[in-house]
Amino acid sequence: MNFHLRLWRQESGSNSGKFENIEAGNIPAECSFLEMLDIVNNRLVASGKEPVAFESDCREGICGTCSLVINGVPQGPGRGAACQVYMRKFKDGDTITVEPFRAGAFPILKDLVVNRSAYERIMRAGGFITEHTGGAPDASAILIPKAVADKAMDAAACIGCGACAAACPNSSAMLFVGAKVTHLNLLPQGKPEAKKRARAMVRAMDDEGFGNCSNYYACEAVCPAGVNASVIARLNRDYILGEISEAVGAID
Amino acid sequence: MKLDAKIPAGPIEQKWTNFKNTAKLINPANKRKFKIIVVGSGLAGSSAAATLAELGYQVDCFCFQDSARRAHSIAAQGGINAAKNYQNDGDSVWRLFYDTIKGGDFRAREANVYRLAEVSRNIIDECVSQGVPFAREYGGELANRSFGGAQVSRTFYARGQTGQQLLLGAYSALSNQIGLGRVTMHEHTEMLDLVLVNGHAKGIVTRNLISGEIQSHAADTVLLCTGGYGNVFYLSTNARGCNVTATWRAYKRGALFANPCYTQIHPTCIPVAGDYQSKLTLMSESLRNDGRVWVPKKKGDNREPQDIPEEDRDYYLERKYPSYGNLAPRDISSRSAKEACDDGRGVGPGGLGVYLDFSDAIKRLGAKTIEERYGNLFEMYENITGESAYERPMRIYPAIHYTMGGLWVDYNLMSNIPGLHVLGEANFSDHGANRLGASALMQGLADGYFVIPYTLGEYLSSQFGGPKITTDLPEFKKTEQEVRERVNRLLSVKGNVPVDEFHRELGLILWNKCGMARSEEGLKQAIVEIKALRERFWKEVSVPGKGADLNQSLERAGRVADFLEFGELLCLDALTREESCGGHFRVEHQTPDGEALRHDDTFASVFAWMFQGEGGAPELVKEPLEYEAVHLATRSYK
Repeated sequence: MNFHLRLWRQESGSNSGKFENIEAGNIPAECSFLEMLDIVNNRLVASGKEPVAFESDCREGICGTCSLVINGVPQGPGRGAACQVYMRKFKDGDTITVEPFRAGAFPILKDLVVNRSAYERIMRAGGFITEHTGGAPDASAILIPKAVADKAMDAAACIGCGACAAACPNSSAMLFVGAKVTHLNLLPQGKPEAKKRARAMVRAMDDEGFGNCSNYYACEAVCPAGVNASVIARLNRDYILGEISEAVGAID
Repeated sequence: MKLDAKIPAGPIEQKWTNFKNTAKLINPANKRKFKIIVVGSGLAGSSAAATLAELGYQVDCFCFQDSARRAHSIAAQGGINAAKNYQNDGDSVWRLFYDTIKGGDFRAREANVYRLAEVSRNIIDECVSQGVPFAREYGGELANRSFGGAQVSRTFYARGQTGQQLLLGAYSALSNQIGLGRVTMHEHTEMLDLVLVNGHAKGIVTRNLISGEIQSHAADTVLLCTGGYGNVFYLSTNARGCNVTATWRAYKRGALFANPCYTQIHPTCIPVAGDYQSKLTLMSESLRNDGRVWVPKKKGDNREPQDIPEEDRDYYLERKYPSYGNLAPRDISSRSAKEACDDGRGVGPGGLGVYLDFSDAIKRLGAKTIEERYGNLFEMYENITGESAYERPMRIYPAIHYTMGGLWVDYNLMSNIPGLHVLGEANFSDHGANRLGASALMQGLADGYFVIPYTLGEYLSSQFGGPKITTDLPEFKKTEQEVRERVNRLLSVKGNVPVDEFHRELGLILWNKCGMARSEEGLKQAIVEIKALRERFWKEVSVPGKGADLNQSLERAGRVADFLEFGELLCLDALTREESCGGHFRVEHQTPDGEALRHDDTFASVFAWMFQGEGGAPELVKEPLEYEAVHLATRSYK
């Protein structure tokens, strides 16, 4: 198959970038989108040119390293991450535009590689249950109804890729934050810190420059892990409880 | 050189308890004075970094990914074993211990495996307390399932994403410690060398993958938690970035590399479709419950599968192993598939595939039942191959999945280099010649949460009052200089062949000659071919761009350069181990009916290799495996 690629090239965060037209000829229909980029890159390298920088790792949709926007859609068409997109889904001769995630809080490092450390800082503010190794009671001591465990798992499936913020017109990270808050706050182990967690993670999110949710649901539409936007409702609820509890002195 | 595994005295059930009762402790005020480097942030690295920071040590943790959460432990699917006996089906620490020793074909160290089985129970408690959403029964109890190599249900799981949830648990504990300022996290930072001061591991040299900056880091001890070397085969179920560089660099600084020939090949993966392919995807082994494996009887029969009549099909597993049939063990299934393909009867592109046919099951049970059981796998298969397994047989082929070999460690998880500790898949210790399913996650977390926090004191307590280690020492400057030279050497070849091509070629050599079946002749050829390929690499490789920049060609070139050296040691180990055991099958050593034939009199020992300088032949050091608690027996597959 043959494709016309419009690839975003940018030397570094301090340079401005532009689209470069690259022909991707003679591409096997069976290969994945990333393997198509591998082929293009190896051709560039063989002629002594610098390949297009893009990140990937597990290539089976679970590590969350992919950060591509394909034809305007973060993580590309179909379900799953960009590594799960296959070339047979395109038509021969298609023009395909490939950009990095676009969000102020994800600055571009080079070409299609972005800096997502903002998500790390949000996690460090409250994305955990405070406990210490060795102090745990027997695992069977805590009974958790299957329905609750399943809901927590639905939210915990988030792969932390950042597509939600990249898709959102407000660059909101609330699907990511909501997924973690929902996962932990639903479980009995997470209850003691539930309000503090929601408050701390929302504040960290604001500090990073992410916007707020205004119900576009673009995040849910692109989420490769299928996280439901209802996690944002829980986040709002627990966040408000956190703010009120702090105002009345119920939590510090 | 004589290896001392430092196994505690006493009966096997008492060794770990005895050890803990007499272990050297570091008091809290002194813990603050010690700095620990943890390389890698998978299950072993994240759990170790978080736990040691909780204890009060100063921790620096490094990963090459952009986040600790992306380490390849995240991709593990099936589950984690623990001897909880919640099912009341007769499980015990002893049974988990015995199953693991037997599954490893009696080539693992008894005392380590017993400890692993013992602490397995604590891991589940720890993970639940962190909020890992394990599968539950309606009443709220934890659910279990059964896995290969066991007659009890002891596997805990979180859908098909157990590795993801366990890693996110460890990552959340790590994030907490980073937020508290007790761990300094270095993402996008790759370890390129180990620094020894007076023969002790006291630091590392890293390259920042964004800026290209090469930098030294000093500490009181170094923990390598850098995973396995499956990517030496190029195509594997590993992530693209998985590499041998950290452990190989440690080997070249004097750490012993143990049993590199013990590699695990998983029988049911989606086959290679062409030269462009970058990785292989696992299809759950459970599919073999309802699928029948076959290839055409005639060589080069390229008719469509539905056009091949019953009498022209060879259901080779059912034919060769009538009692196990399609559920023959992993190593047998993998080897048989390779034999059929080597015989020219493989199917699909390149003839490297066999059919896994569900048509009988669909006839018997209906498509709906099959969809209920395997729908998500069929969907994944169709997404990747564009073929529907409801309409035509799946094509599958074995792929490299895990590596049991790794750096040699003693009972304390310390290598022969004082101060260098090795955890998780990166060490050699617990799985022998074959790993059982759901045991990799168990070992990674056991090492990080419950072993190293106790054993680290043995080394650190000997380090009081020593001179302060800083990166100003000449040892750091010298190692840093050597790293810079190696980077510059890669950039200055200026050939025109992309790194991937060398990697792919290396993978083919190893896969064909040191894969599922190995022979003396093939291994000798492989060593010659790898040497020649390495020479070509250093003349023809193309690494465009600069060192002081985000340069992915350079990252890969460094890793492949190390694989090109390591591959030779892998073949040498396979050549020296003149027996068959677990995942290591030497064609010269098989029973008349084609089963693995061990030679316990000569080979019941760990083979650990010591670097003897560039071009020198590595020296073999043996650690005899003394079995006190179990009797060596032949694994029966029939």
